[in-house]
Amino acid sequence: MTASATHVSAPAPHHYTTLGLDSRKIAIWAFIGSECMLFVSLISTYLIYKGRSIVGPFPHETWTDPATGRVLRPILNIPVTSASTFVLLMSSLFMVLALAAVQNKEKPKHTRGERILGNSKLWLWMTAIAGTTFLGFQAFEFTSFVHEGLTIRTNLFGSSFFTLTGFHGAHVTAGVLWLVTLLAIDYRRGLGSRDSLLVDIAALYWHFVDVIWIVIFTLVYLIK
Amino acid sequence: MASTAVTAPAYGGEYSGEQSGLWSWLSTVDHKRIGILYLYTSLFFFMFGGVEAIIIRAQLGAPNQHLVSAEFYNQLFTMHGTTMIFLAIMPLSAAFFNFLIPLQIGARDVAFPRLNAFSYWVYLFAGIFITIPIFFAVAPNGGWFGYAPLTTKPYSPGLNIDFWVIGLQILGISSLATAFNFLTTIINLRAPGMTLMRMPMFTWMAFVVQVLIVLAFPVITIALVFLLFDRFFGTNFYNTVSAGADPLLWQHLFWIFGHPEVYILVLPAFGLVSEVLPTHSKKPLFGYPVMVYSGILIAVLGFGVWAHHMFAVGMGPIADTFFGLTTMLIAIPTGVKIFNWIATMAQGSIRYTTAMLFGIGLVALFTIGGISGIMHASPPADLQQTDTYFIVAHFHYVLFGGSIMGIFAGIYHYFPKIMGRMMDEKLGLIHFWLTFIAMNLTFFPMHFSGMLGMPRRIYTYDAGQGWDLYNAMSTAGAMIFPIATLIFIYNFFKSRKRGEIAGSNPWGAGTLEWTIPSPPPEYNFAKIPTVTSRYPLWEGKEVDYECARINSQEGKTAADLGIVMPYSTIKPLLVALGLIIMFCGLIFARALIGVGAAFMIFSLYSWLLSPLEPEHH
Repeated sequence: MTASATHVSAPAPHHYTTLGLDSRKIAIWAFIGSECMLFVSLISTYLIYKGRSIVGPFPHETWTDPATGRVLRPILNIPVTSASTFVLLMSSLFMVLALAAVQNKEKPKHTRGERILGNSKLWLWMTAIAGTTFLGFQAFEFTSFVHEGLTIRTNLFGSSFFTLTGFHGAHVTAGVLWLVTLLAIDYRRGLGSRDSLLVDIAALYWHFVDVIWIVIFTLVYLIK
Repeated sequence: MASTAVTAPAYGGEYSGEQSGLWSWLSTVDHKRIGILYLYTSLFFFMFGGVEAIIIRAQLGAPNQHLVSAEFYNQLFTMHGTTMIFLAIMPLSAAFFNFLIPLQIGARDVAFPRLNAFSYWVYLFAGIFITIPIFFAVAPNGGWFGYAPLTTKPYSPGLNIDFWVIGLQILGISSLATAFNFLTTIINLRAPGMTLMRMPMFTWMAFVVQVLIVLAFPVITIALVFLLFDRFFGTNFYNTVSAGADPLLWQHLFWIFGHPEVYILVLPAFGLVSEVLPTHSKKPLFGYPVMVYSGILIAVLGFGVWAHHMFAVGMGPIADTFFGLTTMLIAIPTGVKIFNWIATMAQGSIRYTTAMLFGIGLVALFTIGGISGIMHASPPADLQQTDTYFIVAHFHYVLFGGSIMGIFAGIYHYFPKIMGRMMDEKLGLIHFWLTFIAMNLTFFPMHFSGMLGMPRRIYTYDAGQGWDLYNAMSTAGAMIFPIATLIFIYNFFKSRKRGEIAGSNPWGAGTLEWTIPSPPPEYNFAKIPTVTSRYPLWEGKEVDYECARINSQEGKTAADLGIVMPYSTIKPLLVALGLIIMFCGLIFARALIGVGAAFMIFSLYSWLLSPLEPEHH
């Protein structure tokens, strides 16, 4: 639903709409509503299965394997994930700046600060890089969990944890691809204020994915 | 869409107006033609599911028969349910959403014409994907509800359930894309003056249904993802044996989707009947605002009743009481609708056309289904009735007596608008009476066989349990359906070619879709009307005669009028094709996943980077 990117971009003035809004803006909200139910289902399942795994490793508790006597420590690494959460939160700030830069593209810029703030490529890059960094953290987290003996098949925690955070990661990946597409358009013909809707709906999606992470981080990582 | 704009645009090239040839159908983005594609495809699947039902009834006609094996019987009842729900009734409703909503709200097309084409192609491909296996006796065999852990790998090792999980997953994409599209269309493309409380009731119910789809389908998507992961990647979501999974997880997720799904199936039919009854009674719909509120209330309550499908699992008295009460509450808005339809007909000048008879049929038969529904809303009664033919009787009165009767009412009512010709009323009346008799003869005795303890989903039974006569009756009734349906098909195609020319408003109806020629021109409205009432054609003083004159002109093309139409394009079909290839890869060869995904992404970018319509200056 990003709709036609290069050619028809700004809400065409000859199209009458009831609310005066571009239809894409309404569709993205409907999509986000649907996505809420998607993540509600995933998060509920995680919470229902919390503490019900028969074998370790566990998220917050130590587990001794009765067969081998091997002691597995709590698997969630809260300091590292706090760092990745911070990066993702910052990406939302960059996204806001990217949208503002596109919206104010045609305004004259006098100071160096205004030129930096008005550089849509810079902020789109920053958002995409922050998103990719978050994905890097997630890849690191997943690999280290597998090394410590937790896979998607190990127990209920492994299945629900990897599926939930994996789905979120897939959403971030889609968002990064979306941002890269916007960057490609920006490099090819420049994004101007008439394109702000394109960036606006991408931003709505990006912020949504970010908000979902705050919920996941709180419920999965912080609450024991 | 363009309100009055009539500046002549300079454009060449093809747009969706080309009306003939295979290519024009493959590349169409016109909501009316997509609606017709939906209509034909879903009628085909309706008959396919009907044939499955007839084999089922033939098998059950007498005790101890072995027409089909137990294993194949499982595939038959699973595919009968899956086909009728996802491939027949939902897309039949989608056919009407497509054809009618833009016409009823005074729009030139839906908000996203290409996404609309995409929805149809995904539906078609997924329908084929999930239907083909039955010819190789590897069709899904876990019931349309697919209860896990029964459907997990250890208990259902074959490909059967794989086809089901993947097929439903793809169909969900189609339904969601449709829902986003129509939700946006109804919110944002209403003609000036078409306030929410002036919208035709069909559009209102369609609006409610889109909200239900948007909120309910993600839940089954996740339930199916879990099952898919369990089957393909060895996760533990439904692994109750060695991982301690909850055996009720699937049931909860499925029915949180599944109960709203019931309203997704029946509310469009309610909407259609709310157009048919007023028109053929020559009276406005009785209690319009209450009809709107009760539709919304049904949808809201519909999310709070799911566990009444699960009384037998032993959830405890508090949960049972809660869900029993919410289920009984839902009878109130539904009853309000029934009374309002009756009040609409009361003292009207009723014409007993086929459409009207099917409409009245819905009011009568849905009421029976609703009453048996209230019976098993009570947990103690449900414990006796659950998993018996009583339930089968109940939901066929709701879905056949409700949805299908309403959809047939809609087909007879809107055929003149869609095809430009009238359907034969004599054949229509025969079709109605045969259907009505067949329906009651088939499903009414099931109340008794169910009460006498005949379980659902058994492929045969012993004689002398008191079920023989009722089963023979049901089977006899079922054999009438093919006759009725063949008469309908004959009538459909005969009338399409040689029926009486309909004109723009053959029934003397009051809403916007009847102000334009039949079949409507590609651009629908030459001039977007300004709406001042619920029945613009009935409230003469408020008709904008100039606008009506412009809109009733025939034979003008979009180019004559300077109306910008979207380009026709094959790309939505290609994206749908890539999607289906990707999912086929899970079953046939993993390499296809990459090929399909690459093809899909390439086609998607090609779609998004090409303009929807000519630039307008």
